[in-house]
Amino acid sequence: MSVLVNRESKIVVQGITGRTGLFHTRQCRDYGTNIVAGVTPGKGGTLVEGIPVFDTVEQAVAETGADVSMIFVPPPGAADAILESAAAGVGLAVCITEGVPVRDMVLVKRSLAGSSTRLIGPNCPGIITPGECKIGIMPGDIHEKGKIGVVSRSGTLTYEAVKQLTVTGLGQSTCIGIGGDPIIGVDFLDSLRLFNEDPETEGVFLIGEIGGGAEEEAAVWIRDNMKKPVAAFIAGRTAPPGKRMGHAGAIISGGKGKAEDKIRTLQECGVTVAASPARMAEAMVGAMGK
Amino acid sequence: MNIHEYQAKEILRSFGIPVPRGRLALTADQVERTAKELGGRCVVKAQIYAGGRGKAGGVRLVANPEEALQAGKDLFGRKLVTHQTGPDGLICRRILVEEPVDIAREFYLSITLDRQSSRYCLIASAEGGMEIEALAATSPEKIHILTIDPFVGLRTYQARKLALALGMKGSLCEDCVKLMMNLYRCCLEKDCSLVEINPLVVTRTDWLMAMDAKINFDDNALFRHPEYPELLDYSQLDPLEITAGEFELSYIKLRGNIGCMVNGAGLAMATLDMLNEYGGAPANFLDVGGGASRERVAEAFKIILDDPDVKGVFVNIFGGIMRCDVIAEGIVDAASQVGCTLPIVVRMDGTLVDKGREILLASGLNVDYTNFLADGVEKIVGKVGRQ
Repeated sequence: MSVLVNRESKIVVQGITGRTGLFHTRQCRDYGTNIVAGVTPGKGGTLVEGIPVFDTVEQAVAETGADVSMIFVPPPGAADAILESAAAGVGLAVCITEGVPVRDMVLVKRSLAGSSTRLIGPNCPGIITPGECKIGIMPGDIHEKGKIGVVSRSGTLTYEAVKQLTVTGLGQSTCIGIGGDPIIGVDFLDSLRLFNEDPETEGVFLIGEIGGGAEEEAAVWIRDNMKKPVAAFIAGRTAPPGKRMGHAGAIISGGKGKAEDKIRTLQECGVTVAASPARMAEAMVGAMGK
Repeated sequence: MNIHEYQAKEILRSFGIPVPRGRLALTADQVERTAKELGGRCVVKAQIYAGGRGKAGGVRLVANPEEALQAGKDLFGRKLVTHQTGPDGLICRRILVEEPVDIAREFYLSITLDRQSSRYCLIASAEGGMEIEALAATSPEKIHILTIDPFVGLRTYQARKLALALGMKGSLCEDCVKLMMNLYRCCLEKDCSLVEINPLVVTRTDWLMAMDAKINFDDNALFRHPEYPELLDYSQLDPLEITAGEFELSYIKLRGNIGCMVNGAGLAMATLDMLNEYGGAPANFLDVGGGASRERVAEAFKIILDDPDVKGVFVNIFGGIMRCDVIAEGIVDAASQVGCTLPIVVRMDGTLVDKGREILLASGLNVDYTNFLADGVEKIVGKVGRQ
């Protein structure tokens, strides 16, 4: 078991013929991901790397039974790509694209409310169930099948945590990169709920960063509902206020969204917080032993 | 992206929102001339990319053109330090000269994104002019928040309810409804992440007017707004941050002496945290990005070395899409081109790490290599020293 994706997942890649889309399609397929179709408007009927390309997601789903989409469409068309996935009845849309305007995401988020399509991202590394299915841009080889569910707002910091979890032998059940944008699909809460119910997940590692209130919200939910140990790391303890540090999410303003507040709330709710990014797995081991 | 108050007011005016009569001045003489046009008495406002100008002496009410000239001379080139600028402050190079307004009442009005609901929200308060964050902390009941359903947009009945809650009546209330509707239109059409009027004033003659305005654009919407870059005032940005922007690097100047190059915003922030924890002081935040080329890595490294405060460099890369050999080649290119003799500590892991290490160790540069994050941080702090 795992959450959201497994070896049965059939993936359609939106934007498959672009440079990035094609590169990562190959990487994912090499990892063992079952990529059944690609979509690039105007290139329907062709083959890329032996993968059939369609003009629309609807056609791809009808012909191949794809149930997950991986989106590499550039920002001006990214919102459309997500909505197209949903309209075609794809169960999970993973949007890797960085730089989608907020106004577009406000509409996407509203449109997906009540729909059966879940969105991961945008601006995220994707999702991986080690040994089964990699949908995204994370390096596959640092992962190892195991018992920790990982959920993160960050990219490379997640790889750091994953590698540590692999080295300590805990491994990962599924890793979800939810993305660092102000508006995202699947969030900490959704991920925690899924991990809580997944029999293969024995503990959860959560990676947050400054900005917003998602970590605090997650902390309270963990205190009230979580049946499994949770450890966490929060990046940006020493970030100067008012500076936007790369991610749209990583900005502190007006005293809200500070790392120290997030850390304190998490600790008060029973979460073990790693003191440094070099000791993330150590914190997880500690939480498992409690 | 930030713009100046005078630009924000021009935009608001184009959306039918009343603002005081005024003009931009680039010299003290222009300040004087505008004061004459406005009838002598006027407000002289320093234009910098930060709030809190009033307390820092950046806003002056003057009685006549001579005083305006004096205020202009005093403010141009002056460094203003406010609670939003950081200790280095920002230099005033543009001044807005405006007619004074007889204020009867002050309000706060803004539209921004509410992350919780993933919708834009209209925020209003009958207590404008002061720090809205402070008010939110002490008397949250005095702040009215309306989240806007993007499918139906802001409706007049909602705006009216809000205007009434602010204590507006009759035609003033209807003017305020119109203003709110226009503000929402502005927010959407201009892809604003924040549009704020503080204070929104009611004059003694019962007119609504945006006395001060602030607009932030959503950087991600640049592709559909060719006008954004033209509005940017480069004098308000750090020169190294400008260069970094040209190479699509995310760089922020900090106050320490350890230059940092990291891939990924989260890992970059965590690296700064760790350097601080070990007693070091990072000189910058630099996210080299996901799939940078050898050239871009080299440019990033040069930008770090361009900072005279830098006494050593720490590179922390977790290669995913970013290959460690490309990073190593970029570092070697840049360091040999500028003849860098500063200590460099490189911590790499992930894709093609062995090849990357070979390139670095064969380069003859003053490079210390490690696989481990904590080890790397300890090494660079050891070489550069604690602060």
